[in-house]
Amino acid sequence: MNPKRQSMLTRPLVQQALKTSFVKLNPVTMMKNPVLFVVELGTFVVLLMTVFPGYFGTRNDMGFNGTVFVVLLFTLLFANFAEALAEGRGKAQAGALKKTKNEITAHQVAGSGIKAVSSTELRKGDVVVVAQGETIPGDGEVIEGLASVDESAITGESAPVIKEAGGDFSSVTGGTRVVSDRIVVRITTDPGESFIDRMISLVEGAKRQKTPNELALNTLLTSLTIIFLIVVVTLAPLAKFVGIELQVPVLIALLVCLIPTTIGGLLSAIGIAGMDRVTRFNVLAMSGKAVEAAGDINTMILDKTGTITYGNRMASAFIPVGAHDVQTLAAWAAIGSLRDETPEGRSVLELMKRDAIRYDDALAEGGTFVEFKAETRLSGIDLKDGRQVRKGAVDAVKKWVVAQGGSVPADLDAKGNAIATEGGTPLAVAVDGVVYGLIYLKDTVKPGMRERFEQLRKMGIKTIMCTGDNPLTAATIARQAGVDDFIAESKPEDKIAVIRREQAEGKLVAMTGDGTNDAPALAQADVGLAMNSGTAAAKEAANMVDLDSDPSKIIEVVSIGKQLLMTRGALTTFSVANDIAKYFAIIPAMFILAIPEMRALNVMHLGSPLSAILSALIFNAVIIPLLIPIAMKGVAYRPMGAAKLLSRNLLVYGLGGIVAPFVGIKLIDLVVHLWV
Amino acid sequence: MGVLQIVLVLAVLVLLVKPLGTYVYHVFSNEPNRTDRLFGPVERAVYRLIGLKRRDGMTWRRYALSFLLTNIVLVALSYLILRLQNLLPLNPNKIEGMEETLSFNTVVSFITNTNLQHYSGETGLSYFSQMAVIMMMMFTSAATGFSVAIAFVRGLTSRGRTIGNFFEDFVKAITRIFLPLATIVALVLVALGVPQTLDPTLTVTTIEGAAQHIAIGPVAALESIKHLGTNGGGFFGTNSSHPFENPTPLTNVIEIWSMWTLPASLPFVYGKFAKNQKQGWVVFGAMMTLFLAFLALIYASELRGNPALNALGMDASQGSMEGKETRFGIAQSVLFTAVTTAATTGSVNNMHDTLTPLGGLAPLAEMMLNCVFGGKGVGLVNMLMYAILGVFLAGLMVGRTPEFLGRKIEPREMKLIAIAILAHPFIILVPTAIALLTDAGRAGVTNPGFHGISQALYEMTSSAANNGSGFEGLADNTPFWNISTGIVMLLGRYVSMIAMLAVAGSLVRKTWVPETVGTFRTDNALFWGILIGTVLIIGALTFLPAVVLGPIAEHLTLR
Repeated sequence: MNPKRQSMLTRPLVQQALKTSFVKLNPVTMMKNPVLFVVELGTFVVLLMTVFPGYFGTRNDMGFNGTVFVVLLFTLLFANFAEALAEGRGKAQAGALKKTKNEITAHQVAGSGIKAVSSTELRKGDVVVVAQGETIPGDGEVIEGLASVDESAITGESAPVIKEAGGDFSSVTGGTRVVSDRIVVRITTDPGESFIDRMISLVEGAKRQKTPNELALNTLLTSLTIIFLIVVVTLAPLAKFVGIELQVPVLIALLVCLIPTTIGGLLSAIGIAGMDRVTRFNVLAMSGKAVEAAGDINTMILDKTGTITYGNRMASAFIPVGAHDVQTLAAWAAIGSLRDETPEGRSVLELMKRDAIRYDDALAEGGTFVEFKAETRLSGIDLKDGRQVRKGAVDAVKKWVVAQGGSVPADLDAKGNAIATEGGTPLAVAVDGVVYGLIYLKDTVKPGMRERFEQLRKMGIKTIMCTGDNPLTAATIARQAGVDDFIAESKPEDKIAVIRREQAEGKLVAMTGDGTNDAPALAQADVGLAMNSGTAAAKEAANMVDLDSDPSKIIEVVSIGKQLLMTRGALTTFSVANDIAKYFAIIPAMFILAIPEMRALNVMHLGSPLSAILSALIFNAVIIPLLIPIAMKGVAYRPMGAAKLLSRNLLVYGLGGIVAPFVGIKLIDLVVHLWV
Repeated sequence: MGVLQIVLVLAVLVLLVKPLGTYVYHVFSNEPNRTDRLFGPVERAVYRLIGLKRRDGMTWRRYALSFLLTNIVLVALSYLILRLQNLLPLNPNKIEGMEETLSFNTVVSFITNTNLQHYSGETGLSYFSQMAVIMMMMFTSAATGFSVAIAFVRGLTSRGRTIGNFFEDFVKAITRIFLPLATIVALVLVALGVPQTLDPTLTVTTIEGAAQHIAIGPVAALESIKHLGTNGGGFFGTNSSHPFENPTPLTNVIEIWSMWTLPASLPFVYGKFAKNQKQGWVVFGAMMTLFLAFLALIYASELRGNPALNALGMDASQGSMEGKETRFGIAQSVLFTAVTTAATTGSVNNMHDTLTPLGGLAPLAEMMLNCVFGGKGVGLVNMLMYAILGVFLAGLMVGRTPEFLGRKIEPREMKLIAIAILAHPFIILVPTAIALLTDAGRAGVTNPGFHGISQALYEMTSSAANNGSGFEGLADNTPFWNISTGIVMLLGRYVSMIAMLAVAGSLVRKTWVPETVGTFRTDNALFWGILIGTVLIIGALTFLPAVVLGPIAEHLTLR
């Protein structure tokens, strides 16, 4: 994770948010939030009554009206502050990103020559050359060459990654830097639409579109506001019928207490903070909708290799062929792997250690390491004494041995095939013309995957593993990893078929992918998480991109989506449940002077009518900043079944929402009553 | 003894729910069953008569349009009959044509299943009007409500685009449910002493030699559908407290069951449609819990009597018998009151105006919620609306987009539900405020102080909930009250019905989200609690300030 993007509550952030809180008082901005707009109108009316008491005949209530005005103003400011803080944090992240977006000079290929142009002038389809030490001027695809690229500006990962033309590692991101070699890049985005541009606008919240769920909730909050407006407006004539004149500020206080100001004030902060949490997690979501969809996922399709397992590359046994024994085979395998830094090579040495097989590593001293090459598909070492040690794919080794004038043992093919049938990968080991045997490379499930699938099952999410392996191997791995289902010998089009099948049953499907042939499936899935290392096509098709290219992260994205929805629901429930206590504070207070018997309803034994109204109003205001941390961080979430989750949240936010204001208003009243 | 009576009535009701619910389900599931042989020929004749050739499913728009047009035609016809009843046959008592605003109010009142009566049947209606307008509308309005509820349930529980055929539902509701049941109940009532005749008012000479006019008529027929269809409009002005409408405690209990069993069995029908009867029982459980709470409130309050009268040394052992019939006593009176306002029938066997303040609060609150069993169909629809709201609020807390019966609740549904939940307080509180602000409104309010507020609030609530019971005492046959309550009744009925049909139309088209352990369940005890909480917090708290100024203030100041 990028340390630059972990800035929580820094002083400038808070100062900026404070300032913005006032700017957001602008009624034009406020109008977008009906709940707060009603509060603002009320505040304005009370202000007028305080400033021009003569005009409204409120001369005697200046102190009370003034206080109501101040509390109402703070209610608005607190709500604005929550939103401003969330936005500010997003902007801080965007600021860090913007630094990578400085205008730079690009070397565009024009005809036969190269001309220097500004990076902002590059359009889709332009071709540029990026040499060592230069910054890539825009998102694109490598069409020529191979280079290592430092992507730390985006991913926070300092180790450079290899990018090469063709294949699944061809896409490059603008703002990243070429550390070695030189590549030719075809630009794939127009200015303002690049990856970084989108990321900036998303985290800034500038282009944040309300999700369907947010819209639905907003509708509910607005209608609650209108309902309470009706309740309060009609209360005055009812009271007048029995000779009670209700003061306008008191009615406004009742109105503001009843309408869902708490959730109304925090709603957008929750949304922005949710997006922020995703980004902080180094996942770029193309929309808030995608994040919420992640919370709704029923089925998750995961590639076996790379996501669930390390791939076929851990040595697990030595199988000698012909008349050779295990010891000799192992010794040669180890010597051939001594300088081999690939995971396969490492695992051979680890297996030696595990099985305590001894060999003479002095033999390798002064030898020349032979790197793996795609043409030969062999690696190994040329020893000082002239002997050549090679290991590699069975057919490659066979070819090499025959070329060396040796012969292939009769049982080599049979034993190699046996390994392949079991889902392993055979690696033959030969020295000069003699094949000693095979290294059994086995697929290994990544540690912790079993537990995560267990968690997913608790969340009600079905996992499907996709693999090119035969059904037997696939079943073994599926059992080991604990996935619910698997597709063996799967082709890219199988994935899309599975997604369609699941979606036809009404399920929402998530998948990860990186290759161009994953793109259609990524587009079909409800949540498609592409790897940043993947191709441009994959990233374009997906609605999320993982900057760390860790496919198992999809599981955390689901958690974040769920947490976002839960936070919204929990705070709404809390806010609505608060009304009960507020009624019991304000209603008796309104009528107690005219109907002394109303004190029977004053269950909290609040000090005086004025104190009761002010206490309820103050509670209504201060609860907003008190809940900002929950809105920002999200409610605590551990994977568990819906029933348990619901009971827990209902207890905390439902029952808590009923009880907390009784306690809070009483405490505030104890203080406020000292004055009124 | 009182509690025992209540428990017995409740026990029989609960036993009736399953068989009746199963029957209703078979009527509307539109799958062939044994009863087809009995009713099929009749219905086919009706279909031929009305030219219903194909009974294809309708989209919600067609369904809504069909039931609206049907109602409009019935309204026009009925209005003419009332205005011209003096020219029409079967008018042995020579009753004049009805005045315009009263005719408007009466027609609206009966087409909306409200049965608010600003007239007195024995002096205001001819026998023809009683039968051709009042009884006819009692069947058709009940059948309309029933059909809409069934269509709504179909929308929630099936997939496709259509929610049934209105005309088929409407006809079947009458032929298979209301006509047979009404016939049986009417015969039983006749056997128990309720008159059924077309003879004119009897004029008899009493022992003292004075001439007394005794109103009679086709009472039993009206009485049965009045309750079965949760209509509530009495043949006589004093409704079911009149000895000819409700002569004995046994007829009283029969009338209670008549109005209660169909609304009470609808949740079961819903469970059958949902293919998960627990869903139905949860809804039933929530309704019953709220009902028992209100029943307990009114029973305790009436039993305690009026403290002011008790203080004068009056015998308080019987409870507050003011405005009640001695043949029913407290238990049968309060049970009738609680049921008639829960099921929004609106018939009364005692005068609600004279209930103790908290006793009057119970029927008022039941009508404000309009989902504690509720009127023909509407109650179930409203309760399911609260269920969707509850799912939306609490469902988010399991970290998923809220789903109800496997369908996502999205902005469109929330907008429509918002219309419904907004309409109800609006059409109760705003007209009440207007009534209490204007001279025209205040002229009808016959009590000063808090009871005056209760009177006006009760009248508007009763109209909005399409209940129709009156806090008698309100001088309500004035243009102001006739027109205002007429409008409130129309809005109270059609706004939420159309909005909820639209919800059904929107849900029926959605793809179903399969159920997993991550799904919010709506068929367990927890949801029962959430449902009650939602009803109380969203539905009830809205009315708290008004209620505090009415019954609660009256109760607190009654010393």
